[in-house]
Amino acid sequence: MLKDITLGQYFPLDSPIHKIDPRFKIIFTLCYIVLIFFADSLAGYLAVALFSLSIVALSKVKFSIVLKSIKPLAVIIVFTAVINIFFTAGDTVLFEWKFLKITQEGLLNAVNMALRLVFLVIGSSLLTYTTSPIMLTDGIERLLSPFSKIGLPSHELAMMMTIALRFIPTLLEETEKIIMAQKARGADFDSGNILRRAKALIPVLVPLFISSFRRADELATAMECRCYRGGEGRTSMRQLRIGRIDWVSLLVMIIFAIVIILIHITNFKIMGY
Amino acid sequence: MIEVKDLIYSYVSEDGTSEEVLKNVSLNIKQGEFVAVLGHNGSGKSTFAKHLNAIFLPMGGKVYVGGIDTADESRLWDVRGKVGMVFQNPDNQIVASIVEEDVAFAPENLGIEPAEIRRRVDDALEKVGMSEYKKHSPHMLSGGQKQRVAIAGIIAMKPEIIVMDEPTAMLDPIGRREVIQTIEDLNSLYGITIVLITHNMDEAVKAQRVVVIDSGKVIMDDTARNVFKNVELLREVGLDVPQATLLAWELRKKGYNIRDDVLTVDECTEEIYKLCR
Repeated sequence: MLKDITLGQYFPLDSPIHKIDPRFKIIFTLCYIVLIFFADSLAGYLAVALFSLSIVALSKVKFSIVLKSIKPLAVIIVFTAVINIFFTAGDTVLFEWKFLKITQEGLLNAVNMALRLVFLVIGSSLLTYTTSPIMLTDGIERLLSPFSKIGLPSHELAMMMTIALRFIPTLLEETEKIIMAQKARGADFDSGNILRRAKALIPVLVPLFISSFRRADELATAMECRCYRGGEGRTSMRQLRIGRIDWVSLLVMIIFAIVIILIHITNFKIMGY
Repeated sequence: MIEVKDLIYSYVSEDGTSEEVLKNVSLNIKQGEFVAVLGHNGSGKSTFAKHLNAIFLPMGGKVYVGGIDTADESRLWDVRGKVGMVFQNPDNQIVASIVEEDVAFAPENLGIEPAEIRRRVDDALEKVGMSEYKKHSPHMLSGGQKQRVAIAGIIAMKPEIIVMDEPTAMLDPIGRREVIQTIEDLNSLYGITIVLITHNMDEAVKAQRVVVIDSGKVIMDDTARNVFKNVELLREVGLDVPQATLLAWELRKKGYNIRDDVLTVDECTEEIYKLCR
């Protein structure tokens, strides 16, 4: 069962968003996250929503899947919203009960924060939905490579990510096997309090660690046998080429940024919000 | 091609005692050969294999690969590039999470042009019959398929010789058959020199030459037919013989006039058929 999980939640579809160079996509996502925090009015949010939804539509990733990505963060979003409702100082009191006080400012703040978080999650999950893990590590490696001159191990970081991605399913499978083996020997993982359950995991983790070390050792030998000697002098089969679609997407991104910043500067409001 | 001269190697344990695992092993492997190295567990056959591409360096004697001394550190990567190595566990050899990316790993390390890497990857996957899986992720493949990907990863490096250290030991019978078929094809169709380390007799039969190692010494080095004739000697060192050979041997012992160098089931049936006439 664990075998079927998709890592990084990549959906291999054929869409213009999938074709954008990973370097561009990573930078765009970062810009998008910054821009969200410039949107603080109804007009701003409408612009962000319009932009995000059209990207989702273009990416061909099902909308329900994108909505699902918010689910794990729902608790955090609700929590921040509640904190903002009750703990923002303001004058226009809407509701008061004992020490609890809801003000209009608080309510607005809560909506603001919740919307920002939702868009943030949508934007960043869209990056992993439309970029394969390999492309993503490749993009990160190339983006970081200028910093290798000042000692940032960009190749090593990318290699670590690649190997981690490669071994997560293998280790999950192994964990499942060990759990089954321990259960067959009478181990009980499902009862008792948290402390007991955590303790019950020790007989799973110890063999898992030992086998990981053995795997690491064997993998290192196998890599050396294939002439691996660090990032120096290495080439790559995949060449990233910047094409028309990348320039078009850059243009779209710039227009989006201008719109958001203009709305922010001019304090443009719809119906007073 | 590969020349092993009086190779000595011992493992030194923590308390200082050392155990000699290879005692004066000498062996020559020629271009295009398919050599099986047989031996039971602890015979030193894996240790021997690891000397062929300088994972281990000899404590005594010499190993030459295409004329290069493996102990020469400045030529280490030349040796590694000439001698590819496939290990037992396919999971622990695959680096990338996409099949073709993994196959590209070795040529990328060698700094080869991207277009040439592409060609080598497609060619290597074609040779092991895994072309249709090139975009798959390795953990979705069967054991045999994974091992074939690992082999493709070595072929893409274009080594002159491939050493396989019990490549089928962790596979199910179907995977085993796939991998052995692949190895045979590599040797017969593409002329790649193969050294197959194994303790499986039915795999060793496929080789032209069988070398038997027991407690660190080469005790037999001949064609498969001539080696498996020595049923008693092989049993003494803890090895089996192919079932067909065993049956023929038992029949001979009972006084039937049957060839003593029967290897395959087909040969055995034919011989028995002759007896019945």
